[in-house]
Amino acid sequence: MNLLDVENLWVKFPTRNGVFDAVRGVSFTLGQERLGIVGESGSGKSMTGRAILRLIRPPGQVTAERIAVEGDDIMAMSEKEMRSVRGQRISMVMQDPKFSLNPVMRVGDQIVEAYAIHAKSTKADAKRKAMEMLEAVSIRDPERVYRSYPHELSGGMGQRVMIAMMMVPDPRILIADEPTSALDVSVQTQVLRIMDKLVQERGMGLIFISHDLNLVSSFCDRVLIMYGGRIVETCVADKLHEAQHPYTRGLLNSLPRLDVKQERLAVLERDATWRDTDSVSGAR
Amino acid sequence: MSQSEAQKQTLREWLLTDTPQSRHQARMVALYQGWLSFSTNTMAMFGLGILICLGLVALFAPLISPHDPFAQELGNRLQPLWSEGHVFGTDSLGRDILSRLIYGSRITLYIVALVALIAPVAGLLVGTVAGYSGGWLDVILMRITDIFLAFPRLVLALAFVAALGAGIENAVLAISLTAWPPYARIARAETLTIRNSDYISAVKLQGAGATRIVTKHIWPLCISSLIVRVTLDMAGIILAAAGLGFLGLGAQPPSPEWGAMISEGRRFILDHWWVATIPGLAIFTVSLAFNLLGDGLRDVLDPKDGGS
Amino acid sequence: MNGISVKNLKVWFGSGKDRIDAVKDATFDVPKGESFGLVGESGSGKSTILRAITELAPNWSGAIHVAGKTLDHTRDNEFYKTLQMVFQDPYASLHPRHSVDQVLSETLYLHGFDNIEKRIVTLLDDVGLGPSFRFRYPHQLSGGQRQRVAIARALAPEPSFLLLDEPTSALDVSVQAEILNLLTDLRAEHGLTYLMVSHDLAVVGHMCSRIAVMQLGEIVEVMTAEDMRAMRPSHPYTKHLLEASIGYSREAAADIVA
Repeated sequence: MNLLDVENLWVKFPTRNGVFDAVRGVSFTLGQERLGIVGESGSGKSMTGRAILRLIRPPGQVTAERIAVEGDDIMAMSEKEMRSVRGQRISMVMQDPKFSLNPVMRVGDQIVEAYAIHAKSTKADAKRKAMEMLEAVSIRDPERVYRSYPHELSGGMGQRVMIAMMMVPDPRILIADEPTSALDVSVQTQVLRIMDKLVQERGMGLIFISHDLNLVSSFCDRVLIMYGGRIVETCVADKLHEAQHPYTRGLLNSLPRLDVKQERLAVLERDATWRDTDSVSGAR
Repeated sequence: MSQSEAQKQTLREWLLTDTPQSRHQARMVALYQGWLSFSTNTMAMFGLGILICLGLVALFAPLISPHDPFAQELGNRLQPLWSEGHVFGTDSLGRDILSRLIYGSRITLYIVALVALIAPVAGLLVGTVAGYSGGWLDVILMRITDIFLAFPRLVLALAFVAALGAGIENAVLAISLTAWPPYARIARAETLTIRNSDYISAVKLQGAGATRIVTKHIWPLCISSLIVRVTLDMAGIILAAAGLGFLGLGAQPPSPEWGAMISEGRRFILDHWWVATIPGLAIFTVSLAFNLLGDGLRDVLDPKDGGS
Repeated sequence: MNGISVKNLKVWFGSGKDRIDAVKDATFDVPKGESFGLVGESGSGKSTILRAITELAPNWSGAIHVAGKTLDHTRDNEFYKTLQMVFQDPYASLHPRHSVDQVLSETLYLHGFDNIEKRIVTLLDDVGLGPSFRFRYPHQLSGGQRQRVAIARALAPEPSFLLLDEPTSALDVSVQAEILNLLTDLRAEHGLTYLMVSHDLAVVGHMCSRIAVMQLGEIVEVMTAEDMRAMRPSHPYTKHLLEASIGYSREAAADIVA
């Protein structure tokens, strides 16, 4: 069974000049894999991630034929039921840990709280679990990190704490929205390694939302390329550089290359028809 | 008719274009878009409506007031509401309350306008200079601000009026002197964030001096939040003016200032409640209108909400 | 020496116990006409060097020469006419209440140019924006268009040196390509000298002929773009940066984490 089925997902925002469709009829499935969603700003990739958790604030509207987590349709759930899905079955890691952690609460207490919401356990138990998670995200001195406040942590450390917190309830699906774009390259590798291990060892599904084609191509198993709220192409990640769609090709060509000298970079010529063609299915 | 409709359409398009052709048009487009988002706020429009009415009433006071506000008619004193010829009754000297209210709106607007001109400008000047220059000048200016902030407003105003003598102008001066410190603090806080931004760095790299940066680059960004704050404070200012009037330290009789009218009506409040209540209601309405307007302006002007 | 020359540059913030040394003893030369890159991770001090040259970071010691002149702690209009800077985030480097026209005309006015009307049109044309953009406000422009306006502002005083502080890191890749091409063209047309800061090795490798790699406030290596393309770093930190920027690989990642 798929961990996640999304069928015909739309996200709409009413504006003064009519309804703006941020996501337009996107369908895909997620198994125990690393699924990358790439696109430029405004392509609807982040909206897709948030819509799955029903985190789009009004006046934004989410409609879908079906969004099913391990077969359970979450579109039919009440907000109360949804709260138990968020965190417990699907977790989300955002771009900047600074804005996702409570600044006036010790990191350890936040993890314990995240755990306590989902599992009834003794305090000692929760603390042990929190320390375990901090170790699992390769934090060398978990005792110190447990006692520190978010502002005392570096960006990379903060992002690891975020991941640890998200992993505490053992979710089946992790949605990571540009989790490494605020981080330096060396720290980025460590954070990716941690997520990679979690997918491998716990059989999780990972949705990795990013604008970085090279990164997605080297890190993920499968990639969806989004443009104008639709999936224009889907491919195996290793084969991203052989992608066919002119948009994907254009994006790839416009990247400066480390290995070859180019006089000028190719400029992406946008074609109005890309926006109008139907979304490609991202099913496995 | 169809032609005038077509013209209307083009004016609207001219105002909504993304590609203005001149400085003038660009400014008009920005104003019109601000107006569009402001006009969707019903409560703010309601407040604006009341204030426009107040302005019109003040402007045409001699035309619309049924009686002379100063004409006494002792045989006709303390008439109740809806009595003949006096919709809001008469006061202890038989003067028509409605007419006095109408003329009083002029005094209220006068106070509001003067304070709105003095206090925020002083605050803006002190706050931005302190914030941008930093160092000892900042310390001195802000400590002075703190000293003014530490006094209760009405008490300080009382002291000023006592020193300068009672009267409308002195009341305005006293209120302004007590009203500027909060604006200085706001302006300084904004300046501190603005002065480190890239666009200020960029204009420094064009060789712009401190005066130019403060007046042309920092002021335009501080002014919008000050306007919002002033509008929200207006209610307090009107009340302070009325308070001074009530204590006999503001407008002097027989001037129909609303606070002074309440003060006069106080003596009869048990038997003739309307004499004090009607001007009270007027103060309440105008204060409320300024508050609603301020809320609406905040939505449009406050740069922190992104604006667009 | 009529380019940019930096010798034993130290830059610090704060004083006493809180003193942070952002740049420690940086030395490099950019001959006139060259395009020179500074790469490093955040906190390596690469942007701070640009801010010391422009006096936006006033606490520095050492020697900076620009176009044959030794800089002290004052900068006159003459200096800003030779050297200009483009900032990282085009969303933060344009005044939110000033239209494109206001930005450019103020710049031209401050530098004492005449014929401002005509120059604005030429500048907009130079950066690939038509005259229709002239009266727009920043919120009516996309990120790429804003950065073009910022570049036009930097070009307005007709400088010969341009400091570029991560000019494309806030932009989408397709827009990045357009801006980088524009910068390449402008350099050829106006004979500019670039000093470019970036965290992206591919961008610096594309734009610059020599690259200084910075780590924790020090320049650990200066390499040519050819060496970079051929993956011939001499310092282990450079090697590490190069490997990380190629993409993710489980094996390399396992090395780092372990």
